[in-house]
Amino acid sequence: MTDVALGWWGVPLALLGGAIRASTPFLFVSLGECLTEKSGRINLGLEGILVMGAMSGYAISYLTGSPWLGVLVAGGVGALLGVLHAVICGLKRVNDIAVGIALMLFGIGLAFFLGKSFIQPAAPMLPSLDLGWWSGIAQVHAALQVNVLFIVGLLLAPAIAWGLRNTRWGLVLRMVGDSADAALAAGYSVNLVRLAATAAGGFLSGIGGSFLSLYYPGSWNERLSSGQGITAVALVIFARWQPMYCVYAALLFGAAGAIGPALQSVGVTSGYYLFNAAPYLLTLLIMAVTCSPKRALVGAPSELTISK
Amino acid sequence: MAADRMITRRHLLKTTMLAGAGAALAGVAPLRSAAAATLSIGFIYVGPRDDFGYNQAHAVGAAAVKKMADVKVLEEENVPETIAVQKTMESMIQLDGASLLFPTSFGYYSPQVLKLAAQFPKVRFEHCGGLWSEKDPKNAASYFGYIDECCHLSGIVAGYATKSGKLGFVAAKPIPQVLRNINTFALGARLANPKATVQVIFTGDWSLPTKEAEATNSLVDQGIDVVTCHVDSPKVVIETAERRGAMVCGYHANQAPLAPKGFLTGAEWNWEELYPGFVRTVMAGGTIPNLVRGGLKEKIVKPSAYSSLVSAEARKHADDAKAKLTAGDYVIFKGPILDNKGNTVIGAGTSRGQTDIALEEMNYLVEGVIGATS
Repeated sequence: MTDVALGWWGVPLALLGGAIRASTPFLFVSLGECLTEKSGRINLGLEGILVMGAMSGYAISYLTGSPWLGVLVAGGVGALLGVLHAVICGLKRVNDIAVGIALMLFGIGLAFFLGKSFIQPAAPMLPSLDLGWWSGIAQVHAALQVNVLFIVGLLLAPAIAWGLRNTRWGLVLRMVGDSADAALAAGYSVNLVRLAATAAGGFLSGIGGSFLSLYYPGSWNERLSSGQGITAVALVIFARWQPMYCVYAALLFGAAGAIGPALQSVGVTSGYYLFNAAPYLLTLLIMAVTCSPKRALVGAPSELTISK
Repeated sequence: MAADRMITRRHLLKTTMLAGAGAALAGVAPLRSAAAATLSIGFIYVGPRDDFGYNQAHAVGAAAVKKMADVKVLEEENVPETIAVQKTMESMIQLDGASLLFPTSFGYYSPQVLKLAAQFPKVRFEHCGGLWSEKDPKNAASYFGYIDECCHLSGIVAGYATKSGKLGFVAAKPIPQVLRNINTFALGARLANPKATVQVIFTGDWSLPTKEAEATNSLVDQGIDVVTCHVDSPKVVIETAERRGAMVCGYHANQAPLAPKGFLTGAEWNWEELYPGFVRTVMAGGTIPNLVRGGLKEKIVKPSAYSSLVSAEARKHADDAKAKLTAGDYVIFKGPILDNKGNTVIGAGTSRGQTDIALEEMNYLVEGVIGATS
């Protein structure tokens, strides 16, 4: 293996590496939220679930020595919090957005409280697959260290898209999301379907959180998420409730986060605050270009409202 | 009519408030005198206090104070550098009777500390960051350590250790203290290896784990083989560099356990020496100077122990510099020094010693540093 200075080639490589490394939490949380929102409910608490997932995954990995068990427990904790959200929202005249905000604060607070003693110790990390074996360049090698969870996320997106379109479950979920009355008339329990969708969304978000603490950046501390869960919720709208678009949006955000550091490392040193804001500028730009006053958001479940 | 009623209501409110305040004072007064025997001291951290970094260093200092007799230590962590810190300080003063506060983050000072210092003239505000000036309230004070002395030693060690001659520095924000650490690190490295360069990446904030990891990866991708940093919690930078096989110099606290393969040395705070001293002064009725400064000599900072990667030559050079810095006869910023745009920032024949206040307004990066301050 050779150590070569890459110069400007480092920038696209860093973007590729960033897309692979940093996109997984966005991917899992946005896929989870996509499922939840398809059932006609918004769960804004995913930031809290993400942080809880990161904490519990790290703690379990440290206590048992098995990072995969940590991932599983993180998903389980996420699902439980999802159920909590769904049960409260199932009560009459409860606003899902308000519950989501409460759940976010609750999840973050609980994770900080329970996670205090896990900040210092080092837990076993998730392994990665070496997809850069063909390259003799150390940097390419490093950029192509791919975590299994990333691949799982990539496969999950088309699976969810297919499931929503082609299975009975998918049909029921979409029906509940588009018209609760129709679902009731067809004999389905709206609350039960939403509960399942929110729990599944919580499960995926919890796993996304465990990726943060168990792979990249790979340690538990209280600033770990810095708002990635909230960003991912926004990504779902950005991705028009389409799982495959969630993948592209997550990759885009992962890569965009690497722009600032990568450009500075090759000597483009001015305006780094602007480069660091690139993901958000990009979002605004795409939103502005694709929105139209003449039609509603395509793909938006019609039960999604803020006035419930 | 309406105006009449408003005046009446306002009047009523005023009277009730006065009565209430009177009652409160009467009630509080005996408590106050009873509490006067113990000194309540508040420590406020911007992040978690066990972060392997800046906040942990302060918390270790607070723990040293806790061991003293007749003190009550209050701590609050994760307090943002916003109006939130005013609320925290106010509640520590009003509810817990704190009369000595340590708001430990740089961004707490202006306007937060200044505002509360004017409001509570009897409370002593000891801010970490070295920003106090003559026009500020007399009960506000600022202290700081010349940790750049230790960064300089790290730089010397890194200069000997690097094979590519390229060093990397992950920094949070281009403020004077950060720039000073980068510059002393670079000046140290270039003593050991005159061709060495230091590539800086600013992440934009004190704690952004994902961005810090990206920055470290980008540096290593560019062939940089020694990485150091100035962020609140160096854990992510150190661990990422270790995974990529780069060498590291620590910062804030001892990070040797985080990088068993690549750790060289590091720059650490020694607040557990300074804080008990401050508290003793206050309890004895003395006054702490409004601007306290110190480095290796005053034991406010200390270097981490060298790892086995540090060569004998590097040890000798760094130990020599350390001895001279401790004795006070070594000047890091000795002219002529150029910035990285080619301008002379310290002229030939000018020596800026550590206590020189001009160094605290540093707004440049020295020759050999790749990066920009804005």
